[in-house]
Amino acid sequence: MIITVQKNFSDLLMQTTDKDKIFIVGCAGCATKCNTGSEAAILEIEENFKQNNRIVSGFAVLDTACDIRVAKKELIKNNNFSEATIILALTCGAGIQAIEKITDLKIIAGLDGLFVGTTERIGVYNQYCSTCGQCIVDKTAGICPVTRCSKGLINGPCGGFVNGKCEVDQEKDCAWVLIYEKLKKTNSVNIIKDTYLPPRNIVKPKNIIYKKKDIKQ
Amino acid sequence: MKFKNKLATNDFIITAELFPPKGTEISTLLNKADILAKVVDAINITDNQRASMRVGSLAICKLLKDRGYESILQMTCRDRNRIALQSDLLSASVLGLENVLILSGDHTSAGEYIGTKAVYDLDTIQLIKAARLLETGVDLAGKKLKGSPKFCLGAVANPTASPLDLQLLMLEKKINAGIEFVQTQTIFDIVQFQKFFDTIRYKNIKILPGVTVIKSVAFMEFLKKLPGVNIPQNIQDRILSAKNPFDEGIQICAETICKLRDFADGVHIMAIGIEEYIPDILKKSGKI
Ligand code: SF4
Ligand code: SF4
Repeated sequence: MIITVQKNFSDLLMQTTDKDKIFIVGCAGCATKCNTGSEAAILEIEENFKQNNRIVSGFAVLDTACDIRVAKKELIKNNNFSEATIILALTCGAGIQAIEKITDLKIIAGLDGLFVGTTERIGVYNQYCSTCGQCIVDKTAGICPVTRCSKGLINGPCGGFVNGKCEVDQEKDCAWVLIYEKLKKTNSVNIIKDTYLPPRNIVKPKNIIYKKKDIKQ
Repeated sequence: MKFKNKLATNDFIITAELFPPKGTEISTLLNKADILAKVVDAINITDNQRASMRVGSLAICKLLKDRGYESILQMTCRDRNRIALQSDLLSASVLGLENVLILSGDHTSAGEYIGTKAVYDLDTIQLIKAARLLETGVDLAGKKLKGSPKFCLGAVANPTASPLDLQLLMLEKKINAGIEFVQTQTIFDIVQFQKFFDTIRYKNIKILPGVTVIKSVAFMEFLKKLPGVNIPQNIQDRILSAKNPFDEGIQICAETICKLRDFADGVHIMAIGIEEYIPDILKKSGKI
């Protein structure tokens, strides 16, 4: 899921005035899972606004804020949304840009989108994939060196790993040591030596448009 | 003698490292190079080492070439994409430089520009192969070259890395990709290096272990904090109890080189700021 963190409340406050009617949009998807755009998160921010003489006209937790159809359907009929003078979006950037399609009001980005995260447990998220557009993990024991090696080396490690840790950050596991240890379990460490991955030519599309007939329902 | 030809001999090969200056004052470096050229087979010129911005290694290697010295151009994957890397390889060639040491390079977070973009568009294996490809008259885009370069390529290995097997796999991969020599990170523990060396000597490639002079107690403490640096206790004790730790550091380095002369292919000396002592160290290392 998309991992987000909340911006400083004081930065949000600064962008509003006591004349504003603030409408807060959250998201029931990723931002609720990491508790940045959930109803609870909204209520907390609402309370903070109130204590700082701000008017919150209402809020909505969209099912998936990044779906323009959902944003449209759920917001347009909401009276408090129509009365608002400013929107605070507690969604990732994809969500903000779905909301942007249906209003000309100023939208304050309440969250910083960080990465596509793998959840270890609630509150512990790791970036294991950077959606590079050309997945190679079938050649690297299911562990992504593009993302998890500090230098993004795809043909094996640098000389800097010590006791399994990365030279860049002693707290961080060296991705290549993880790959090596995993391959060791199946006696296949030679894959590291024998697989050569050429320089990658990645041109990632910025959108995908399927023909209707190609969409399997 | 050309470094490449030297590699083909059975001589004990000696290389040393010089850092380009931060700024345009070049005479200090050239004076040191004048001293070193008399006693080493080639002088490595680092490429913005520890991710700190300096004069480029290409420029310095050319200056050394003009003085008739053999140099080894260090080239990291950190700062340039495949266009710039290949272009610099061609540039090296037209300047008459053939020795290139290819390395991934200290990460930007180790240096002065922590927030800058670390490039790593090619990794070391890809860059070694790219250099070998250029030699065949083609570049990575598949375009034909008018005139092709010729290189003597090296790479680095770390005998103190753990797990060591992984480092050995990687070294083999670099050898298969086409390198002709290896320089290692600093070693202090001869026994550890000998074990490493014995595992790979059959590869028929020259391995030059890196050595560093422990200049002071403070410098030893600094070294100890670097990942992978392993200074045996007896060496630490000698520095700590020495009346003059600097002289003791020189002596220890000379003794290390002396022991290496018995079994290793050569040595790569990183004297970090006191390169003018290298002739003295080498002289001592022959007589112990
Ligand atoms: S290679 Fe890594 S970054 Fe690219 S898609 Fe696969 S997991 Fe994601
Ligand atoms: S130590 Fe491992 S993870 Fe860190 S940069 Fe080197 S290869 Fe990558």
